Amino acid sequence: MPSPRTGAQIIWECLVHEGVNTVFGYPGGAILPAYDAMLDYPVRHVLVRHEQGATHMADGYARAGGGVGVAIATSGPGATNMVTGIATAMMDSVPMVCITGQVPSKLIGYDAFQETDITGITLPITKHSYLVTRIEDIMPAMKEAFHLAKSGRPGPVLVDITKDAQQAKMDFAWDASPVRMRRERPAPGGTKSGILKAVELIKASRKPVILAGQGILHSGAMAEVRKFAEQINAPVAMTLLGLGAFPASHPLNIGMMGMHGEAWVNHAIQEADLLLAFGMRFDDRVTGNIKTYAVNAKKIHIDIDPSEIHKNVYADAAICADLREALKDLLEVVGKHDHEPWLKYIGSMKGTAAVRDIQTLPDNGHLYAPHVINDIWRITDGNAIIATDVGQHQMWEAQYYKHEAPRTLITSGGLGTMGFGLPAAIGAKMARPDAEVWAIVGDGGFQMTQAELTTAAQEGVKVNVAIINNGFLGMVRQWQEFFYDRRYAATPLRSPDFVKLAEAHGLLGLRVDKRADVLEAVERARQDEGTVVMDFRVEQEDSVYPMVPAGADLDAMIRRPEKSALVETAADPM
Amino acid sequence: MHHTLVALVEDKPGVLNRVALVFRRRAFNIESLTVGRTAEPGVSRMTIVLDSDQTSAERVTAYLYKLVNVLQVEDLGNVPAVTRDLALVKVAVAGHDRAALLRVVDETRAHIVDTGDQTMTLEITGEPPHVDAVISRLEPLGIVEMVRTGQVAMRRGDTALSAAQYS
Repeated sequence: MPSPRTGAQIIWECLVHEGVNTVFGYPGGAILPAYDAMLDYPVRHVLVRHEQGATHMADGYARAGGGVGVAIATSGPGATNMVTGIATAMMDSVPMVCITGQVPSKLIGYDAFQETDITGITLPITKHSYLVTRIEDIMPAMKEAFHLAKSGRPGPVLVDITKDAQQAKMDFAWDASPVRMRRERPAPGGTKSGILKAVELIKASRKPVILAGQGILHSGAMAEVRKFAEQINAPVAMTLLGLGAFPASHPLNIGMMGMHGEAWVNHAIQEADLLLAFGMRFDDRVTGNIKTYAVNAKKIHIDIDPSEIHKNVYADAAICADLREALKDLLEVVGKHDHEPWLKYIGSMKGTAAVRDIQTLPDNGHLYAPHVINDIWRITDGNAIIATDVGQHQMWEAQYYKHEAPRTLITSGGLGTMGFGLPAAIGAKMARPDAEVWAIVGDGGFQMTQAELTTAAQEGVKVNVAIINNGFLGMVRQWQEFFYDRRYAATPLRSPDFVKLAEAHGLLGLRVDKRADVLEAVERARQDEGTVVMDFRVEQEDSVYPMVPAGADLDAMIRRPEKSALVETAADPM
Repeated sequence: MHHTLVALVEDKPGVLNRVALVFRRRAFNIESLTVGRTAEPGVSRMTIVLDSDQTSAERVTAYLYKLVNVLQVEDLGNVPAVTRDLALVKVAVAGHDRAALLRVVDETRAHIVDTGDQTMTLEITGEPPHVDAVISRLEPLGIVEMVRTGQVAMRRGDTALSAAQYS
């Protein structure tokens, strides 16, 4: 039965019907009607300290929980503050719906107070967007927004709703029928011929490598990928966003590829005669110099987004489909294969890598970031959800935290958004209250969004924040060391006393500067009921190895020196 | 190289902006873009002429299909097509030029659509090279104003581009 509702109430009716029980936002003039109506609906609102935080929380919520994240803000500055978070979600294909208030429709275009053309501003960084000026358009826009955010290749959708549309009244009844877009986006044809071609290529291959991307998570194809890898007995290399999609401990998992991937993984890719790309897009951080990338390998590319096929590399077999469905079809016809010699060879390429590994260096009294991350991994059995910021600590996390389960690494891969880690961790904890959630962040990125620590304190959210504090914008410093003659322009970084900062919030703060003290501190943080901030004073000028310089050939890696000069000349930690 | 794409799009606010963005972002150069109604309600038709090679025309097609409001894209680059361009040209007519101008009109299927004291306005319709040729004949006579619609195009034969399946 239709009953009278305001536009503001309709927004919440739609959210509740979409299964939303948590939203992240910040009120303001143009969204006030919606906030007023909110009190009557069973939705938890998390008051952030900056709208960027709301988008990152919604993002972390979506990535950890697998649903759609929702962020709300007012018009003008509220909306523009969301831009970085929306772009982050767009680059990493995260399903998110952002709702913004807009000035009354009769004022649009008149430079009204807090008016901004947010649908225009976000056009290139949203999957789609709606400017809603009439109450009767709210439900269709909301339904389509959720449908688009999670269907096909997921992404952020913005719904900008004018204040007068929120204030208007109409008789409303929820339309439970499925959304029907004018053009649905089924994967275009060629899937069957693609599968036959793929089988032919797999049969002919002696040196295959599976490239496992985030599409596995979106598709829910973890079991199929595992079965497929085992059936064709092929090594699996991971993208950054793919980590967790295939268990790190699986014998066929050879590790992460790309700029800071394992050396043997990059060598294996360069020497492969077949690459099987599953839900990944051959990003430049993964391929290095595209002209010399895996030149002897045929490529099988399975992706749900037609525009990714042939974009960066030509696909000899292109399957534009949902990965899980495609793998089910492939599994029926591919047969069993054996690649033991190739797997043994890749194993042999590990060579001196273990010796170079900083984990094997004797304790010289200094603390290295990999030690911290390795200890967090050991103590959490690889099962915690880790949100990271962007930079050195992010790459060390990817290298030293061995992710066993899907959706346990929440990281900004495509956009590389500093300040992502803390709010994303808070969002992840909201989605998975049962899980142990860590934010592993740098001292630089943490300070970009550290105001959200206050949000965590107000909401009583328990996350463990490990600040890998090296007193530098570390990754930029590393590039300056390698490529700019150690001219450290604007990278030395002074931070507040993070322990006192935690204490100012009534939270536990811990400082660690010795390797021997890491485990005890980590354990203490885990036992504490509230959010804990840990200030790990690590070696200031350590670098992430291996490293493929931007644009260099994938196998032209800078390796960690076998006898690290750093260890002998290291200055005292600050 | 010129490349002609036809897109059927939903007739909604902002669609032109979304389509234009596909080209702007990747720095594809648009030679002309025309938009108009179709026989189907709520569906507009765009003819987009690109300065591009085949690869980027394929890329553009893929990117256009990412847009929610785009219903159909047809690449007319490799199929026989009827193409038309229309120009309105205002030419100076100072006494002795009038005969020369009328000769051009007579020989080129141009139409006189308006006359003033000092000028005469011609309409030229045809394939873009034809329009180019007529304009180059008018140039010596003194063109004072000109507008071209940009190209519209349609595949030859019985194959029809329609969004009927999406109505």
